[in-house]
Amino acid sequence: MNQFQNLTKGFIKENPILVLVLGTCPTLATTSSSLNGMGMGIATTFVLIGSNVVISLLANVIPDKVRIPAFVVIIASFVTIVDLLMQAYVPGLYDKLGIFIPLIVVNCIVLGRAEAYACKNSVFSSFIDGLGMGLGFTMALGILGAFREIVGSGSIFGYKFIPGDGVLVFILAPGAFIALGYLIAIINRIKRT
Amino acid sequence: MEYILIIISAVFINNVVLAQFLGICPFLGVSNKVNTALGMAGAVTFVIVLATMVTYLIQTYILNKLGIAFMQTITFILVIAALVQMVEIILKKVSQPLYQALGIFLPLITTNCAVLGVAILVIKKNYNLLEGVVFGASTAIGFGLALVILAGIREQLELADIPEGMKGVSISLVIAGILAMAFMGFTGIVK
Repeated sequence: MNQFQNLTKGFIKENPILVLVLGTCPTLATTSSSLNGMGMGIATTFVLIGSNVVISLLANVIPDKVRIPAFVVIIASFVTIVDLLMQAYVPGLYDKLGIFIPLIVVNCIVLGRAEAYACKNSVFSSFIDGLGMGLGFTMALGILGAFREIVGSGSIFGYKFIPGDGVLVFILAPGAFIALGYLIAIINRIKRT
Repeated sequence: MEYILIIISAVFINNVVLAQFLGICPFLGVSNKVNTALGMAGAVTFVIVLATMVTYLIQTYILNKLGIAFMQTITFILVIAALVQMVEIILKKVSQPLYQALGIFLPLITTNCAVLGVAILVIKKNYNLLEGVVFGASTAIGFGLALVILAGIREQLELADIPEGMKGVSISLVIAGILAMAFMGFTGIVK
């Protein structure tokens, strides 16, 4: 597999949310608008790239028996970095995402990539893999967020283009479940043809 | 009275799965049968209560005392992972039947974001130890409630004629959405 395919596999074919259905908690919780969703996506991408690179560097050093706790510590360190950086530079977004920033550490995608890819492949491939998976994740969050924002409040990226109230339920909790459910159904349909 | 408010709020109004989106993975993963759902709910309750207690004590007496509160994420996840492992070992030695019932779910709980989520929320909300434990237990009960309801519906769904593309995760999410809508009816019972 060349590096380009390695990068793009996370977009559709192995999209972490829409196909593998990993990391659903932040997906549902942070997509009440497209900006929040993408902010979460970028934060996760940073953690993914960082942990993938460090884990592939250290894969030979870490004994096999304690690899999961070791991976978790590495991931948690990057999450703490992101947490502190966001608190300092984007406090508004940080407040909106709230508890879901520290919870990146239990996002199955990050540990999943560490275990399935980074500990067996070279540093550069792992970097590309992390970037691709992160972008796929960000993309799915962006699409879901944009859909919920357009239907729910008639705006996109905070710019209102449909006057009046939207279908409010799509900004609230139930809309998140229903929108993701149908999005996955659409992807299933696309994959079959 | 204060405790009753915490319980009602955590179980119904701010239901951990349907309103706060924590613990969705096991919610979708082990909700095929009511029996497994009950087993998972039991194991999660056990771990959440224990984890809340231990993480609270660590935060108050170690991290805050030493002024290293920023180590929260790393410390908590390690404590939870170690705790789960310990519970598994102890259960295996002490109570074989309980281990048989809960055992397979225990390793999965480390990555259940509800556990870490509750631990962090207790600190964020400035609860004291008892309030924290009550909050943790009732959150776990809310998780169990949502899990068992979804499992019950999915058991019936086996007989239904679902479009091919919507089978599995997709239809479960739509059902969860409708459930969440029903739970929204509780909003406003307590402030």
